[in-house]
Amino acid sequence: MAYLALKGLTKRYGDLVAVEGLDLAVERGEFISLLGPSGCGKTTTLHMIAGFVEPTSGSIELDGQALDKVPANKRGLGIVFQNYALFPHMTAAENVAFGLEMQKMPRRERDTRVHEALQLVGLAHLADRHPARMSGGQQQRVALARALVIRPSVLLLDEPLSNLDAKLREEMQLELRSIQRTVGTTTILVTHDQSEALALSDRIVVMNQGRVEQVADPFSAYEGPASGFVGGFLGKANVFTPQAESGEAAGRARIGEASIPMDGLPVPRGTVIVRPEKILFSEPAACALPGRMKARVFQGNHWLCQVETSVGEVLVIRQNDGVPVPDEGQPVHLRWRARDMCPVDSGTRP
Amino acid sequence: MNARLNPWLLSAPALVVYATFLVVPLFLVFLISFFNFEFYGGIEQAFSLANYRDIVTDSYYYEVYARTFGVAAAVTVVSLLLGTAEAYVLSRMSNRWKGIFLMVVLGPLLISVVVRTLGWALLFGSTGLISQGLMALGLASAPVNLMYSNTGVIIALTHVLVPFMVISVWASLQRINPSTEAAALSLGASQFTVLRRVIVPQIMPGILSGSIMVFAMAASAFATPAIIGGRRLKNVATAAYDEFLNTLNWPLGAALAMLLLLATVLVLVSANRMIERRYGAIFNQGQR
Repeated sequence: MAYLALKGLTKRYGDLVAVEGLDLAVERGEFISLLGPSGCGKTTTLHMIAGFVEPTSGSIELDGQALDKVPANKRGLGIVFQNYALFPHMTAAENVAFGLEMQKMPRRERDTRVHEALQLVGLAHLADRHPARMSGGQQQRVALARALVIRPSVLLLDEPLSNLDAKLREEMQLELRSIQRTVGTTTILVTHDQSEALALSDRIVVMNQGRVEQVADPFSAYEGPASGFVGGFLGKANVFTPQAESGEAAGRARIGEASIPMDGLPVPRGTVIVRPEKILFSEPAACALPGRMKARVFQGNHWLCQVETSVGEVLVIRQNDGVPVPDEGQPVHLRWRARDMCPVDSGTRP
Repeated sequence: MNARLNPWLLSAPALVVYATFLVVPLFLVFLISFFNFEFYGGIEQAFSLANYRDIVTDSYYYEVYARTFGVAAAVTVVSLLLGTAEAYVLSRMSNRWKGIFLMVVLGPLLISVVVRTLGWALLFGSTGLISQGLMALGLASAPVNLMYSNTGVIIALTHVLVPFMVISVWASLQRINPSTEAAALSLGASQFTVLRRVIVPQIMPGILSGSIMVFAMAASAFATPAIIGGRRLKNVATAAYDEFLNTLNWPLGAALAMLLLLATVLVLVSANRMIERRYGAIFNQGQR
C-alpha cells in the first residue's frame, strides 16, 4: 500500500488541461522528482497535493486517508517555495518557530526544536537575523528548516534551487539529499532541471503537457527513455530511424550508410535514440556512419562535437581522456553498439 | 549640466512652488500669530505671546482641539479598518474586476468635497433617508438627526478620506510575496492567523502612510466639518476660519492654526516612531 497515492488526478482550467489523469504511488521515505518543462503541470500537481489548488477530478490519499476534503492548513505537509516565501518581518528562528506555534507547542520544547532544525541546515548562528539580511542560500536553508521542523508527513519542494547560482545549487543538492536521508521524510521535488532530478531522486516522474511520460529510477529513465520526449528532455539524445535489412544482410539495421549488426537483438521499429556519449569515432567500416566534424566545443572534462552526416547532425560527447578528437572539417566515422539504440516510439526495448 | 547639479535643477520648479506658495505664507502666518489685535484698532505689528496665552488658558479652545483630534482619530481608525479590508479584497480580485472596483473606490475623489458633503447633508437630516430608513426598519423610534453631530462629521470625513487609505495599503499589498500566505497556511495557520500574523505586519508601511495622510487631512479638514458640524461643533480649521473672516482677529486665527500644525506634527512623528520601532524589519528591508 503506497504512502501517498495520486489516482487519476486531473486539473482543467476551462478548456485548458493542466494535469490529465495522473497516477502515482509514492512509498514512505521515497524521494520523487516531478520533472518537465514549464507548463507541463508539475507545479499544479504539487499545489493539488498541498491543497492550494482543488483537483477537477481524481483523488489524493495519504497513508490511507483521502485528502480531498482536508484544507491546506490541516494537511500537515512541509512546503519549500521557489522564492522561499520567508516571513520578512520575522527572524530566522521566528520563521522556523511559526509552524510549531500554530501547533500550540510549549515554549521550551519549541525553542529546542527550532534550534535543532536550524542546526540541521547549519544556520544556528544566524537564528536572530532577518531574511532580508541573508544570502539566497541561507534563506533557502531557513525555508527548508521551517518546512522540516513541523515533522511533515510529506515534504514538497517547488523548484527550491532554481534561484541559486550554479555552484551553490550543486552544494545544496548534496546537502538536500543528505538531510532528506537523515530525517527520512517522504519528499516530492518539482524541477525543470534534469541534472537536479537525476542527482536527487529515487524515482523521476517525467511530465509533458499535463501527462506522465515515464516513471522510473534515474538510471533507467536515462538509459531507457520511454518516449522521444523523455530522451530529449533527460540529457542529450540523437534520434535515428533504422530500417531492417533483408536478404543476405538480414539481422542488421541500416541507418544512412551504416549497416549495424544487431547481434541477435530484433531490429527496432520506428525511431531510436542514441546517447551522444555512447558514440565512438572509429576507422571506416560498414557498420560506421561517415560524416564530417562540423564543430567541436571544449568543456573541460569532455568535448562536445557536432558531426554532419547523411541522416542529419549527430551529437557526440567524448571524454577528455587523452585520445585526440578529430579537428573541425575532418571526415570522421561514427559507430555505436546495437544495444545502445533505445527504441522510443514502438517496438521492443533492448 | 553635471551630476551634482542635476538633482537640484530637476527639483527646482517644485522647490520654487513650495517656497512661494507654502513656506512663505506659512512663515507669514507664523509672524502674524505674534501680532496684537484691538477690536477697534485692528491688527498691530508687535511681538507678544498673548494669542497663545489666550488659547492655552481658555477651556473653549481645549474643547475645539479635543474635538478636532478626537474626530481625526476616529476617522483614522474607521478608515484603517474599512480601507485595509477593502484593499485586501481588491488585491485578491481578478484583473478585470480589480480595475473596475479600483475606479469605484477612487471615484469619489473625482467629485468636489463640497458637493459630496452636501449630499451627506441631504441624507443626514431628521427627515433624510438615513433617519427614515432606520425608523422604517424599526431600529429607531424617533427621527435621527446626524446633522451637526460628531458622528455625522466622522461618517462624512471617512467617506472622503478612505480612498487614500485604500491606495496606500493596496500599494503595499502589491509588494507582498503571495507565497508567504500559502507558506503560513501550509504551516497550519488559519485564514485569520494568516491575516494577523503574516499579511498585516507586511503591509504596515502602507497602513502607516495611509493613516498619516488620513489623520493629517482629517485634523485639518474644513469643508466637511463646516457643513456637517456647523458652527456649533467647531474644529480648529473652522474656528481659525471664523477668526480670520468673521471676527477679523487674524493673529488669534494664526495662533490657532500654528498650534494645530504643531500638534499634528507631534502626533504623527510619535506614531511613526512607535510603529517603525515595532516593525523595524519591514521598514528597513530596502536598505540592506
